[in-house]
Amino acid sequence: MSRSIKLKKGFDIRLEGIAEKKLGATVDPVMFGVRPTDFPGLIPKLEVKPDSEVLAGTPLFCDKLHPEIQFTSPVSGRVISVERGERRKMLEVTVEKNGTRYIDFGKAEPDKLTAGQIINQLLNSGLWPAIRQRPYHIVADPNDKPKSIFISGFDTAPLAPDYNFILENSSLALFRTGIRALSKLTSGLVNLVLNGNRKDNQIFDAIEGVEKSYFSGPHPAGNAGVHIHHLDPLNKGEIVWIVNLQDVFSIGRLFEEGIYKPERIVALTGSEVIKPQYYRMLSGSAVTQVVAGKINPGNQRYISGNVLTGTKIGPEGFLGYYDSQITVIPEGNYYEFFGWADPGISKFSFSRTFLSSLFPRRSYKLDTNMHGGERAFVVTGQYEKVIPMDIFPMQLLKAIIAEDIDNMENLGIYEVAEEDFALCEFICPSKIEIQSELRKGLDLMRKEMS
Amino acid sequence: MNSLRKKLDKLKPHFSKGGRFEKLQSVFDGFEAFMFVSDKVTFKGSHIRDPLDLKRTMTVVIIALLPALLFGSYNTGLQHFRSVGIDPSLFQAFWFGFLRILPLIIVSYVVGLGIEFIAAQIRGHEINEGYLVTGLLIPLIMPIDIPLWMLALAVAFSVILGKEVFGGTGMNIFNPALLARAFVFFSYPAWMTGDNVWTEGLTAGKNIVDGFSGATPLSLCAAGEITKLPSFMQMFLGFIPGSVGETSTVAILIGAVILIITGVGSWKIIAGVFAGGMGMGLLLNAVSLNAYMELPFYYHFVMGGFAFGAVFMATDPVSGSQTEKGKWIYGILIGVLSILIRVLNPAYPEGVMLAILLMNLFAPLIDYFVVQSNIKKRLKRAKVALKTSVK
Repeated sequence: MSRSIKLKKGFDIRLEGIAEKKLGATVDPVMFGVRPTDFPGLIPKLEVKPDSEVLAGTPLFCDKLHPEIQFTSPVSGRVISVERGERRKMLEVTVEKNGTRYIDFGKAEPDKLTAGQIINQLLNSGLWPAIRQRPYHIVADPNDKPKSIFISGFDTAPLAPDYNFILENSSLALFRTGIRALSKLTSGLVNLVLNGNRKDNQIFDAIEGVEKSYFSGPHPAGNAGVHIHHLDPLNKGEIVWIVNLQDVFSIGRLFEEGIYKPERIVALTGSEVIKPQYYRMLSGSAVTQVVAGKINPGNQRYISGNVLTGTKIGPEGFLGYYDSQITVIPEGNYYEFFGWADPGISKFSFSRTFLSSLFPRRSYKLDTNMHGGERAFVVTGQYEKVIPMDIFPMQLLKAIIAEDIDNMENLGIYEVAEEDFALCEFICPSKIEIQSELRKGLDLMRKEMS
Repeated sequence: MNSLRKKLDKLKPHFSKGGRFEKLQSVFDGFEAFMFVSDKVTFKGSHIRDPLDLKRTMTVVIIALLPALLFGSYNTGLQHFRSVGIDPSLFQAFWFGFLRILPLIIVSYVVGLGIEFIAAQIRGHEINEGYLVTGLLIPLIMPIDIPLWMLALAVAFSVILGKEVFGGTGMNIFNPALLARAFVFFSYPAWMTGDNVWTEGLTAGKNIVDGFSGATPLSLCAAGEITKLPSFMQMFLGFIPGSVGETSTVAILIGAVILIITGVGSWKIIAGVFAGGMGMGLLLNAVSLNAYMELPFYYHFVMGGFAFGAVFMATDPVSGSQTEKGKWIYGILIGVLSILIRVLNPAYPEGVMLAILLMNLFAPLIDYFVVQSNIKKRLKRAKVALKTSVK
């Protein structure tokens, strides 16, 4: 029974610099990095030392509380450094690539394996973290039984890569194998949610063993959290797993070829990119090579991921574990004379308080300026307009700030993650750090429930 | 602009912690942020932010208030000249009124912002923009003849006891502007009621022509002199005595359009107030025990502060209901109560102020019930899921 859901709430941020549907040469950089900070709530335990030799699939660090969950090197080579931040928090493990040697995890046909064997294979190879769970939006616990698995077949975030294009340029056989492996892990459905607005979804016809549903509407219509809320809502005590579309290929490859090779097609986007387009690369790749010569001069912000939820990286940073997009936009560290009084022909806003709202089709170049200082909650009824879920965002945030566990639970904290509230943060006139607040709430809830 | 920026950068250290004028840091920051939007960039979370901030939100409300302010200036002059028997030109009336209103605005801003600056300095917060609107709202809902010291006292009362003690803008329970009016209303009733205070110079009583009364439509109604009411059109356009900004429904509606188009004011609250007023008006018509009850409901919309309250007071997001369903209930009840107090309570000719303040108090309760219905829905869903899984 495929379902079709039309969403009205939400907002598309129209940025300049969408990637042209063209695949550039495969990017093969020398430096790679894996960031423990890509995995919220993780307490990493280092398993290598600088200078040690690693293969593609050698564990770099593991989860201190679940040592079986390993985070492995995407390439073979030598560990260069372990970057640490405040209070020795591990930020980055970097590896210099040398040759192409893989650990052989053994080929297997997922249909012939038990769920336990599949889980072990995923854990050992370092692909397990590709499976995340709701509630809390963290790496899944291998001991859990999810009631269903969700894969989003489209991304509605600003300048997001086009998954249909990615699928056209990838091996469908790997994808099908990946699906077969995943479907062993749940007694429920493996949901593949597609964009109901598109006519070219035939490419997905070749994929079987999944429950297809169709969502249409503005961002965040492509977010897994929104899909779960409408198709299989999470109640207290229930667990749903989420896998990114491109990681399904990697999972397929693990079983077909026996290796860990987190390859993906990445969109290089943003107003500061000259000729934005797609490139094939591994997760953890340094972006240095792919951006070289393709960025306008000036002070730019390099983001792994999209502008709403991505991670700030430098021009020498690394592609994040879950990201299939690199965005480059201008930094906004300038003073603006009476900026708040500007009629705002060229200022893109969710509200209709700027003249730009008279041009509903134009794309804009946005920078990283905050456009104001932090205030208390004043304006009401705005967050609700960008969350297509039956949830009271402001009340939930207030419960989080007050650390009111009961109310957080009652108001549906299990169903949401930062990415679902990212638009609230964008439009917030009080400039509140909503995503960080929500993460605090999720962490607190998790601590309280364990 | 660069030279100004350079000067500010040079001055900044003096106003920072450890500088010579560190006690004035909040003042400096306030003025700096007023002139220059900060160069602060995003650090985590969303890398881009909407250019809309509270300053702009408040500016939109001020722009929406301008028609009422401009007409109020004209009408203040017009009523004055009528009282002394002169037929003024448009500009003459406007200029006269403007010069009378200006001191009210200045006193309101100086006292209110002064307190805000001090409060921000004590708390170590940035200065909040909330008072930019409140500061203009207060003179617009006062009688023109109010003594300035009384106004200053009312402003201080509403800002300190109405807002700062609760934690500043965003934390207050009552609408600060209405609190200022309520303060004058109950502390100095002679300056807020009667027929004389609404026309400039009438309290002093010099050179007043015979037969000029200065009574507002509402006091006529309360006195049972419905037949003396000005025509509907007169009241709709606003050529009647009353608080500075409340008389012209047309000017207020222009403001309402600005608020609704920009999305800054909640159309649900505004529509709710008018719907509630209409419902109550029709109900009174149906009962119709006296002449006031028989007054068509739409007369209520153009008399007194009904429209002004609906558009500029009830829509205050902080003291109003914060849920979308709640906004309807909140608005409708304000409309109902306003008319109820007006018509049935002989002590208060005007009911809007009290209705809104009362509903400010009940807004959290309304929200509580709206949010509870969402919580119950979620719990019910969990129970159904549990049952099916047990089967």
